[in-house]
Amino acid sequence: MFMFERALTGSRKYWLWVASLLFVVLAGSLCYVLQLTHGLAVTGLSRDVSWGLYIAQFTFFVGVAASAVIVVLPYYLHNYQQFVRLTLLGELLAVTAVTMCMLFIFVDLGQPSRIFNIVLHPQLKSVMFWDMIALGGYLLMNAVIAVVTLTAQREQVPVPGWIKPVIILSIPWAISIHTVTAFLYSGLPGRSYWLTAILAPRFLASAFASGPALLILLCLALRKLTGFDAGWEAIQKLAVIVAYALAINIFLILAEVFTAFYSGIPEHEEAFRYLFVGFNGDYHLVPWMWLSALLSWVALTLLLVPKWRNNIRLLAVACAAIFVSIWLDKGLGLIVGGFTPSPLGAVTRYVPTLPESTIVLGIWAVGALMITVFYKTTLSVWEEN
Amino acid sequence: MKITRKDFLRLSGLGLLALAGKKAVRAVGERSFASSSPPKKRVRWGMAIDLQKCRQKDGCDRCIKACHSTHNVPQFADRAHEIKWIWKEPFKNVFPAAQTGYTREFFGDLPVLLLCNHCDDPPCQDVCPVDATWKRDNGVVTIDFHRCIGCRYCMAACPYGARSFNWQDPRPAIAMVNPDFPTRTRGVVEKCNFCEERLARGQGPACAESCEEKAIVSGDLEKPDSEVRQVLRSRFAVQRKPELGTGPSVYYIV
Repeated sequence: MFMFERALTGSRKYWLWVASLLFVVLAGSLCYVLQLTHGLAVTGLSRDVSWGLYIAQFTFFVGVAASAVIVVLPYYLHNYQQFVRLTLLGELLAVTAVTMCMLFIFVDLGQPSRIFNIVLHPQLKSVMFWDMIALGGYLLMNAVIAVVTLTAQREQVPVPGWIKPVIILSIPWAISIHTVTAFLYSGLPGRSYWLTAILAPRFLASAFASGPALLILLCLALRKLTGFDAGWEAIQKLAVIVAYALAINIFLILAEVFTAFYSGIPEHEEAFRYLFVGFNGDYHLVPWMWLSALLSWVALTLLLVPKWRNNIRLLAVACAAIFVSIWLDKGLGLIVGGFTPSPLGAVTRYVPTLPESTIVLGIWAVGALMITVFYKTTLSVWEEN
Repeated sequence: MKITRKDFLRLSGLGLLALAGKKAVRAVGERSFASSSPPKKRVRWGMAIDLQKCRQKDGCDRCIKACHSTHNVPQFADRAHEIKWIWKEPFKNVFPAAQTGYTREFFGDLPVLLLCNHCDDPPCQDVCPVDATWKRDNGVVTIDFHRCIGCRYCMAACPYGARSFNWQDPRPAIAMVNPDFPTRTRGVVEKCNFCEERLARGQGPACAESCEEKAIVSGDLEKPDSEVRQVLRSRFAVQRKPELGTGPSVYYIV
């Protein structure tokens, strides 16, 4: 199959890594079989908190997928040559992230065997239908772009002309996938934590911070493991973009906090109270949310000072901090906060169970495996040239 | 005049075409004629619940039992997995905005009967990606248990917490199965169906019929002389969260 045979040769260490990922995938699959036989009762979800880790991971990784635009746009629209290698790595990350998103939606379904009802009985009024169109289109586009680009690079010929319009279209499409994903939540009456017009801008800001942060971490890992250098100037430019996106994200969150607490409308305050100070005697998310806030500020400080940003160790720390911070905010707080308190004022604690977490880890392992194969193939083509 | 074979075939072909055309024109005409006839009268089933009458008998749960046994609603001990079509909650949780510090003293803990509001503009219907939940011509919001994919988007969209999900196989948790109503499978959403199967037989909702105090009055909200409209004309009634624009069809007489 298309150049992937290049991922079949590697050192002992490489195969050990692949084998351990396959082991996690296997563990996740076994837990999914458990969920299929016993129903979603094996998760920590409840009547009050009916979406949890699965949907939260979906939301977080739509952001990672959308963030490919951060490298694609400067390279193709502004001819910023430093990003020449990063664009392909970014597009491959997008393909991986969208695949993970689809898997997260799939494992969340109560009746997965009926999934094709979405195609058989499409409901144009449902945002979920449009999210499927947006994500499916984005996956297809990025897969085609990546394959065509890599093939051209292997043959050492210029990319065919017809791919340019597809690349240009993928730029607004990236914005659309995260906007439509935000609309899944922000259009619902009676969920005041989500019912805010700045949810889509917030999603984009946090995506443009966490996605490129992950890309920087991947580049630093490649540099250490394979000696591949994406270019220090390119990484530094990416770090600056991440810093600004992070600053905008922090600003938007603070704007939400101001509106909720200065207006003093109980409904708007309650979810924030639940997440940051505890509500009705439940405090179990409070330390996590403050950790998220702290990590964001630490990362922002590290990235804004040029001397620190230029230090490879501190840059890695900052990027890891952003990834964890936004994962906590978007992959945990956002979904649980929307469901708590419930429409009837109940606070129901949501704690993911072991099978549920293993399924999530299994999908993460699928993603890691895809990135490993994609990047190994790409690097081997580049090494040849 | 001599008709060749070719002419004959051509003529009969044209004749057939004309015949088909006439049929088509007639079919279109009939349809447009039908749509120009006066529209069918709108029906919208609704309910008025008299809370004073409802709390006359302490701890009464006749309506809940009647509904849940009629519709094969399973009983799970675990609150996280519970399935309920009709149930009670304290007033302060149901109408958080409808109380000042002082009315709370008396009303706060009084029980209020809850069920699906069968909204005029139901958010659950808008979000369903497979059209498995929709509003019927008679105003009842219903679910197709065989089409539902179990994505639970409708549960996030419902501002009233009216929907339950089958986290596990419900059948072992049904005390006595009523063969006249389907049981559900694992992984689908369910809720009150306003007894549409009974309405079709000309009966009223099971909860209303089981109430000895006659605290639940149901009927067509669009019909000015229906019993429910008469009650709503004479007593002050409120809906849950009317500010959301969903148009609940369940009214509470406080």
